[in-house]
Amino acid sequence: MAKKISILIVDDEESVRDSLYNWFLEDGFRVECAENAKIALTILESDQFDIILADIKMPGMDGLEMLRRIKSIKPDSIVIVMTAFATVDTAVKALKDGAYDYVTKPFDPDDLTHLIRNATKQIALVEENETLKQKVTSLENVEDLIGKSEAMKNVLKQVESVAQTNSSVIITGESGTGKELIARAIHANSPRKFFPFVSVHCGALTESLLESELFGHEKGAFTGAMYNRKGRFEMADSGSIFLDEIATISTKMQVELLRVLESKTFMRVGGNKEISSDFRVICATNKDLKSMVEKGTFREDLFYRLNVVNIQIPPLRDRKDDIPLLVNYFINKYCTSMNKPPASIDQAALNRIQEFNFPGNIRELENMIERAIVVGNGKKITLKDLPLEKTFVSNSAESLDDFERAFILQILIKYDWNISRTARALKVDRVTLYNKIKKYDLKLADQ
Amino acid sequence: MKLQTITLVSFGFFEKDILEKTAEAVIEEYHSSVVIRDGHLDLSEYYDAPRRQYDANALLKQVHSMSFPESDKNLGVFNVDLFIPILTFIFGQAFLGGQTGIASLYRLNNERYGMVRDEQLMLERFKKEVIHELGHTFGLIHCSSPTCVMRSSTYVEDIDQKSVHLCRDCKSKLDI
Repeated sequence: MAKKISILIVDDEESVRDSLYNWFLEDGFRVECAENAKIALTILESDQFDIILADIKMPGMDGLEMLRRIKSIKPDSIVIVMTAFATVDTAVKALKDGAYDYVTKPFDPDDLTHLIRNATKQIALVEENETLKQKVTSLENVEDLIGKSEAMKNVLKQVESVAQTNSSVIITGESGTGKELIARAIHANSPRKFFPFVSVHCGALTESLLESELFGHEKGAFTGAMYNRKGRFEMADSGSIFLDEIATISTKMQVELLRVLESKTFMRVGGNKEISSDFRVICATNKDLKSMVEKGTFREDLFYRLNVVNIQIPPLRDRKDDIPLLVNYFINKYCTSMNKPPASIDQAALNRIQEFNFPGNIRELENMIERAIVVGNGKKITLKDLPLEKTFVSNSAESLDDFERAFILQILIKYDWNISRTARALKVDRVTLYNKIKKYDLKLADQ
Repeated sequence: MKLQTITLVSFGFFEKDILEKTAEAVIEEYHSSVVIRDGHLDLSEYYDAPRRQYDANALLKQVHSMSFPESDKNLGVFNVDLFIPILTFIFGQAFLGGQTGIASLYRLNNERYGMVRDEQLMLERFKKEVIHELGHTFGLIHCSSPTCVMRSSTYVEDIDQKSVHLCRDCKSKLDI
């Protein structure tokens, strides 16, 4: 059900208050009246109204002064001012002070209806905008960052506390751990969230290209510079810039970057005008920058400038508790994007995934699930759909028997429980295989 | 809804036919009994000379102060131009969920807008206005259904667009 719009009528004439009160009640609004500005301000201290309809000429504090006070307390209030004596000056003054509209008494019933309808639309738009902003933020925060393990909780706690500051951040972690997602989460939770998040993959660009990419260039600065182009630092004004693979930048670029970080000003390539930009720097690397500093391959001053806060993302093998959550998240993600009905994963497959070490971290897990959804039957992901067979080494096998059981089961699954083919693959006869199946109590349901 | 007794109180001259046909429409819509009475009031007291109109707020309060034995709802009907201080004119008004309302025939006549007099059209408009104001006394607010009699009407053309009946939603609110 739609929210009931509330209106506060402020007028010293009782007949005007009564008229408007009845009129708006019949339209289904919640209505309250105040006979002067002082009473209105007192009411507004304890109650909220969507629309305030106020007379300009009132004894004591006039409507314009009241408008200014309301706007200083709640800048997004919709205040409509009314007067019996219309002058352009007062109208302009009221609108300059933030009035939503201005009407002259008495007005046509249709004008009043339109006025309130437009104000109501404005309220709905503002509310919709707020809701959408919240949705965008929650998309960044909740849906993309998956993890309930202690290690991940610590990372999220750090993200939360660092987001509110303007400090530079270095995110370190192995390849595929989700460094860019963490950078986006920092941005999405910061006061800069409604400004751009600009991402630059430093490792993918040569020195000259990176220079042009970061600082922009003027037309004719080099062969092929046909137009003026804004750099990433300029684009990130009021927002955040994410420099991925920061360890790969050349010594010359390190010097340039240090200068920009210190002054927040720079010049485009081929330009002579200084440009300033207010951005926050978030960097990421899978290298040990400190040892690079010790070896002299990364500038120490730049390192300390960037390394105000360091967030270390644990590899997936150190937070295996998160694997089921991540698997479900990727299944939903790819089933949705491929227009397939929601699939599930069987326990044996999930156990096998949890035993795997994932050197490629979450990226590898994501690719594995995407592949399984493409090649699988669309209903349930089983061991057959996972590319883990050849590399499988059970970490959980505590004895030779455990290992043998798991290995025989794996080959049985591979040959669809065809005893002859499985026995051939295992280089044993069928009777031996039957005995082993009996010994380890292997069943179709185990897969 | 419990059977209600509604009193239509006429102030000023009305063709008897108009009041009787309006009463029939009210009986049909609200399943109520309707009594038609003559009201006696010196309207000059409610005349606003600068505006050359009659103060609807004062008239509503006056009708409200009159007592009509065994009547649940009272609707004063006038043939004068009504206004409330904030608006240039109104067709009628009522106390929401109260006992009293008023409606005027004055602006419902086609001749008022430079067109040929149409008695039937005027009667239809008047029925709608009376049923609309009574709806407010029963607690109904303006309805967004295009044909519901409780739809807000600021001009006679708006009145012509809607029907003389309550929509299903409004009826269900009154349990009729």
